[in-house]
Amino acid sequence: MEVLKTYKLYIGGQFPRTESGRSYAVLSQSGQHIANACQGSKKDVRNAVQAARKAQASWAAKTAFNRSQVIYRIAEMLEARKGQFLEELQALGSDLKSATQEVETSIDRCVYYAGWADKYQALLGTVNPVASSHFNFSVPEAMGVVGVVACQQTALLGFISQVLPAIIGGNSVVVIANQKLPLCAITFAEVLATSDVPGGVVNILTGSVEEMLPTLSGHMDVNALSLAQLDSAILEKAQTEAVENLKRVMSYSIDFSHTTAQGLSYISDFQEIKTTWHPIEQISGGAGGY
Amino acid sequence: MALSMIDLTTLEGKDTPGKVRQLCFKAQHLHDQTSDLPKVAAVCVYPSMVGIAKKALGDSGIKVASVSTAFPSGQAPFSVKKDDTLFALENGADEIDMVISRGRFLAGDYQFVFDEIAAIKELCTSARLKVIFETGELDSLDQVRKISDLAIAAGADFIKTSTGKIQPAATFPVVLTMLGAIKDHFDKTGQMIGMKPAGGISSAKLALQHLLLVKEVLGEAWLTNEWYRFGASSLANDLLLQYQKHLTGKYQSAAYFSID
Amino acid sequence: MSNTTWNLDPSLESTALVQIKPQYELFIDGKWQAPLSKTYFDSINPADETHLAKIAWANQADVDLAVRAARTAYTNVWSQLSGAERGKYLFRIARLMQEKARELAVLETLDGGKPIREARDVDVPLACNHFFYYAGWADKLLEAFPGQNPVALGVAGQITPWNFPLLMLAWKIAPALACGNTVVLKPAETTSLTALKFAEICQEAGLPPGVVNIVTGYGDTGAALVAHPDLDKIAFTGSTAVGKQIQKACIGTTKKLTLELGGKSANIILEDAPIDQAVEGVINAIFFNQGHVCCAGSRLFVQESIATQVLDKLKFRLQSIYVGNPLDKNTDIGAINSKKQLQTIERYIQLGLEEGAEIYQPTCELPSAGYYCKPTLFTDVAQSARIAQEEIFGPVLTIQTFRTIEEVVQKANNTPYGLAAGIWTDKGARIFGVSQQLQAGVVWANTYNKFDPASPFGGYKESGFGREGGLHGLRAYLKFPN
Repeated sequence: MEVLKTYKLYIGGQFPRTESGRSYAVLSQSGQHIANACQGSKKDVRNAVQAARKAQASWAAKTAFNRSQVIYRIAEMLEARKGQFLEELQALGSDLKSATQEVETSIDRCVYYAGWADKYQALLGTVNPVASSHFNFSVPEAMGVVGVVACQQTALLGFISQVLPAIIGGNSVVVIANQKLPLCAITFAEVLATSDVPGGVVNILTGSVEEMLPTLSGHMDVNALSLAQLDSAILEKAQTEAVENLKRVMSYSIDFSHTTAQGLSYISDFQEIKTTWHPIEQISGGAGGY
Repeated sequence: MALSMIDLTTLEGKDTPGKVRQLCFKAQHLHDQTSDLPKVAAVCVYPSMVGIAKKALGDSGIKVASVSTAFPSGQAPFSVKKDDTLFALENGADEIDMVISRGRFLAGDYQFVFDEIAAIKELCTSARLKVIFETGELDSLDQVRKISDLAIAAGADFIKTSTGKIQPAATFPVVLTMLGAIKDHFDKTGQMIGMKPAGGISSAKLALQHLLLVKEVLGEAWLTNEWYRFGASSLANDLLLQYQKHLTGKYQSAAYFSID
Repeated sequence: MSNTTWNLDPSLESTALVQIKPQYELFIDGKWQAPLSKTYFDSINPADETHLAKIAWANQADVDLAVRAARTAYTNVWSQLSGAERGKYLFRIARLMQEKARELAVLETLDGGKPIREARDVDVPLACNHFFYYAGWADKLLEAFPGQNPVALGVAGQITPWNFPLLMLAWKIAPALACGNTVVLKPAETTSLTALKFAEICQEAGLPPGVVNIVTGYGDTGAALVAHPDLDKIAFTGSTAVGKQIQKACIGTTKKLTLELGGKSANIILEDAPIDQAVEGVINAIFFNQGHVCCAGSRLFVQESIATQVLDKLKFRLQSIYVGNPLDKNTDIGAINSKKQLQTIERYIQLGLEEGAEIYQPTCELPSAGYYCKPTLFTDVAQSARIAQEEIFGPVLTIQTFRTIEEVVQKANNTPYGLAAGIWTDKGARIFGVSQQLQAGVVWANTYNKFDPASPFGGYKESGFGREGGLHGLRAYLKFPN
């Protein structure tokens, strides 16, 4: 008799059950009952945001090189667990070929974003030639805590495509996983837990998007939202709630399974720009200025 | 050498005469199973325990250092700090470890801080005065250098990093900055000032690194317990463990050394 | 326990994990091949003059084989791979280097004489990180140069120096491969071993044969490489004299060229600088890696009002510098790389005395065998003195005073070199004001000798042209046809 896995939430680097004590059935495409997943609640969202906020400052303070090494490690761990993901994807109804494509693209996407960690600054940052004796420079900075509603079309790739560009730039995330296909997200949490990713940088909730999203989109300590392929009514509701603390809302309708659904713009979507001025002393006869 | 420089310390709200007596015994008998071990330099306690410590240490040669001036916060009127110090001295303290008024210092009230140190120094007569900066509450190394120069000018015999109650405490940049102040003062006046890093030095390895810093920045004249102390409680045992390893080649277990 | 004088016991790094072969061949087309020249030369350990290995000496025919292999690999394999795939090879190499970090560090120390602490804590980590960094650019070139159509150059000939053998190899090979080029690299003759170990790592990484080729030899091997007609690019790090020869040799060809040459960098302490910090910075600037650094802060300028104070502190600080066995973890200054270099340094020290400068050296014992030099300060140095103008490339610091910022900027720039400069001051506006005026490719403010794969490095004027590191470092290995 096998020992079956309980699919729990991933918050603050740990795997707690939902505080609401509820679960829901995860079905394959053909309607087979595969597993039970936690049905996350408002309080779980609250706890996740708290964990994300706690972890964010020190994650952003790590050197860019350090962050890139951590994301490479995710790629390594993902590669090592390839078999596990293939099994889950097939159980959920994918055929082997598509599943393999999805996992391999996911691994490649991890490597791709890991490489950006210490490079996007060179492209998004600038030294600005102002018309006064000042050294003026702009640098990108993480926005903070990003709420994510993962792509509801794919089980793994969409999730990765939204989470990685946000965290590579120093943000922490709270993700509401694909409601119907949540298993890969939680198995991915296991990858994160073994990848030197500090607890709280990525937090994953499973359950009803409609139930949990309002808490996330209305939460005053969430700085931005990454929303994929939402029903327009739900999207509009979320955008309206986001206005309260001026969340930056990014809505994606792209098909993340394309190998080109990645790029610098996904990172810059979650970066603020800070511009600093400092006087340049005029040597030989000039004033100091201010 | 490192063992002989330790101020063995207990500064807890729950200290009792019994606890202090035990500590004083340990100070004299670090590990009787090992031969030729030195005694520690001093035992450091609250004023209320000075009398107990003095009696327990007898004529062992180990000094009694007392914290005072409303240690650890220093937030009390001067009369309280004065009484605190006098009480310790009357009970036989050989050394006084005072705290500066960090709040006043950060507010820029340097004259006040200076006067306080000078006043306590005056009470000390033959006792030596260590001035604690609580560097973990100070903002920057500039502050650390400033308070070092100020305390030395006001009459400190020793300058000390921390109360041991908060982190960060005796980090290398802070210690190096303080040693720089001591060196510059010596170069200008020929007068030696003592150094006491306290808090966070719990391993023999760290202690050795600190000693090397002193050797290279100040010179060997400072490598005696007359001019250098470690404010530590668990360091002694790690030194003992490492010394045993050095003698026997085997890594040791804490189970073989008494805590106090 | 009485208080006695104590000194540090030697703390030697073990060489047990390093296996040096008695003889090394050339690495061409993914295989070890005996040189057509049938000639080998000796490599010795400058710390004690013991023999390390025999190294193959490539002649023109060998170089030709290597370039052909690189060309074939470029045309048939490397240029057909996507950026992401090239990146993956580079990640593998980076990871293998990291796994063999200790071995590489010990090898570097044995071969070149640099202290093990530096090889272990600076050279090797920076080299690994350089590969990690450029691996990530390989599939992002279109985003790095949007609308500019970046394309690889083809085959690059690269010549690296003996002062940071593995690190300079990383600075050359990583960006070249990331941009889609293949390479033939010639390491300096006194330090071939880490390059040869790197070749083994390329094999272990499964790098397609011919993408990286290592041809060892002396200057003639390098000249043969530079002269080879089928190269699209030459990259050289070394002396200005040889750099000029190379630039001349490229005339009339379509070879793109980048040069990273010598320097005589000014390190400037203003009166408001945090003195203790500045003194440490000066020590690091000139004595790091025995002063064998192209960007070494070899000319110290101190504002006259603090000159005595700074000089006293410098002299005191020299007393705690340990010169000795490079394998000893306590060592600050290791062995001079070769007898030839030691002779050059000693000649300059003699010259300094003849030019009337005042010398200061701490009292310390040097090992009896091997090539060693005490850290040396010269004061009372005139701007026109040869020791203040010519690159010594050793642990020798010339010290001059100045009165105004305008004066020191003028003096700092008064040199054909322009690699680096240091400025020590507490005033931000002054940092920007002075750095704006300094003719140097790298300016360090309140620090010195800081390197990072993401930070572009290179010189002005006769210190060379082109940049290595960062986004800018990609340009050396791409063309932008319209």
